[in-house]
Amino acid sequence: MEISDLERIARQIRLRDLRAVYEAGAGHIGGEMSVIDLLAALYFRVLRVFPDHPKNPNRDRFVLSKGHTACALYVVLAKRGFLPEEEISTFLKPHSRLNGHPNCNKVPGVETNTGPLGHGLPVAVGMAKAAKLSGAQYHTYVITGDGEMQEGSNWEAIMAAAQFGLDNLTLIVDHNRFQQGASLADTNDIAPLRPKLEAFGWEVSEINGNAMSEIVPALEKRTTRPHCIVARTNKGHGISFMQDRVDWHHKVPSKEQYEIALAELSEAL
Amino acid sequence: MNAPTNAPKLHDCRDAFAATLERLAVENETIVAVCNDSVGSSKLGGFKSKFPERLVNVGIAEQNMVGVGAGLANGGRLPYVCGASPFLTGRSLEQIKADISYSNANVKLVGISSGMAYGELGPTHHSIEDFAWTRVLPNLPVIAPCDRIETAAAVEWAAGYDGPCFLRLSRVGVPDLLPENHKFEVGKANLLREGSDITLIANGTLTHRMVKAAEILAERGIKARVLNMATVRPIDEAAIIAAANETGAIVTAEEHSIFGGLGSAVAEVVVDNAPVPMKRLGVPGIYAPTGSAEFLLDEFGMAPTAIADAAVALLKRK
Repeated sequence: MEISDLERIARQIRLRDLRAVYEAGAGHIGGEMSVIDLLAALYFRVLRVFPDHPKNPNRDRFVLSKGHTACALYVVLAKRGFLPEEEISTFLKPHSRLNGHPNCNKVPGVETNTGPLGHGLPVAVGMAKAAKLSGAQYHTYVITGDGEMQEGSNWEAIMAAAQFGLDNLTLIVDHNRFQQGASLADTNDIAPLRPKLEAFGWEVSEINGNAMSEIVPALEKRTTRPHCIVARTNKGHGISFMQDRVDWHHKVPSKEQYEIALAELSEAL
Repeated sequence: MNAPTNAPKLHDCRDAFAATLERLAVENETIVAVCNDSVGSSKLGGFKSKFPERLVNVGIAEQNMVGVGAGLANGGRLPYVCGASPFLTGRSLEQIKADISYSNANVKLVGISSGMAYGELGPTHHSIEDFAWTRVLPNLPVIAPCDRIETAAAVEWAAGYDGPCFLRLSRVGVPDLLPENHKFEVGKANLLREGSDITLIANGTLTHRMVKAAEILAERGIKARVLNMATVRPIDEAAIIAAANETGAIVTAEEHSIFGGLGSAVAEVVVDNAPVPMKRLGVPGIYAPTGSAEFLLDEFGMAPTAIADAAVALLKRK
């Protein structure tokens, strides 16, 4: 799929995500808006996946380590054919398989359960190492939040990935500069990430993570070392009053705000 | 003149674990061993020389180790994730919950040197909480074999079982108790000794002490049934209910805190189904003093004579 098509898809995903969070009365809309361009590029251009055979051993692996933005992943999986699109309206409803964090045993296309932070990258290291052991050709991608990089388990995994020579692993850090309670800078400012990752033996790319023209080549780039993409994004991207505002981590729009957001995203279509 | 010795030969169950894993790995090329700088203490030296590519050493990083195990399973490998039990379970408990149990990843967790095995190293290194931490998690059989034969059988069973499990091993020598052809069945207790007056239930290194206690009780005219309860979850409810109904009193002993371990699991079944007097022997909710594993088990009332005395005291409550 070409860049302009991916941009259109990403806008459609934003709209559906906004409606799902509004109707469910809960969600993590700020981080969903920041990560949606990356998800759209992965699922509609980069990942080799098989919606009719989700466990095909040749599939590329994708792990959404920032599992609280599950709603965005559900919308993407539905649009890509893993789930019925109408099922999105069950998000967070009793007995829906679409709960607030993705479940790999219930939702086709989800590779491992996430939710608690700092879990996805170690599991992704295991997936990439498994491919090295078996000779499988799949590539493993994982998206973490930037605040999530404060979890020590990620740095254990970063060391292991370099030691194991995992050139089949791509870590994307959704660097929207805000965590739940405050800005990254005011909490535990681990930025800049590039020198840290490089010191641990990774190749690092820095991109605008809301610009499809920069996202696609970065995701398709192949390196001789594990590859980290520091994707600079905006929390609440695409919705004027949410953008770069920490309070939209998991706030739900009022009816009036919902209509403004709907209009802004629709205009972009 | 010295009395002739007839003490049984003691075996380190880690040797049975390692030998079985190496044998299975020849037939099953998906088997990998994952460890945290514990090649020596997990007895993986032989595995490493035979299958160097399939030994995944993540260094001293237990949270990553468990996550890597989950990822290896996702990629079609069959990982045995090995580490000292206090760190494997305690340090990465949330990974065991989210990545292994909740994801139902086909990973075999192997807790080495559990219980009081690191006696002299102090309470940071005692693993007397691991039953409690792991048995509360769905999808995760929790197994503590009692001898080298049961260890080998459980390691082999795990390879054929499609799902996660936690194998809790010691490094303290134990005699053979089960027959050479013993086949491990998850969730099934083994009747080691028939008896109608009281039932003694244990697993791991405590089982042979229970057998000795039953012999002492026999000398006192008390017929004690002995059950080896290797699987703490799912626990053998039928064997426990039968023991309660048929013998009317139960003593448990374990190399674990009395809170949340084997004794608690047995008590849950008893209180729901067939209430009878019980005595739970184990570490009584304190941090242990310095001493070897054998010393500490005796210190906490689990010498065979002390177990027999506890059984006699319990019988008065029937």
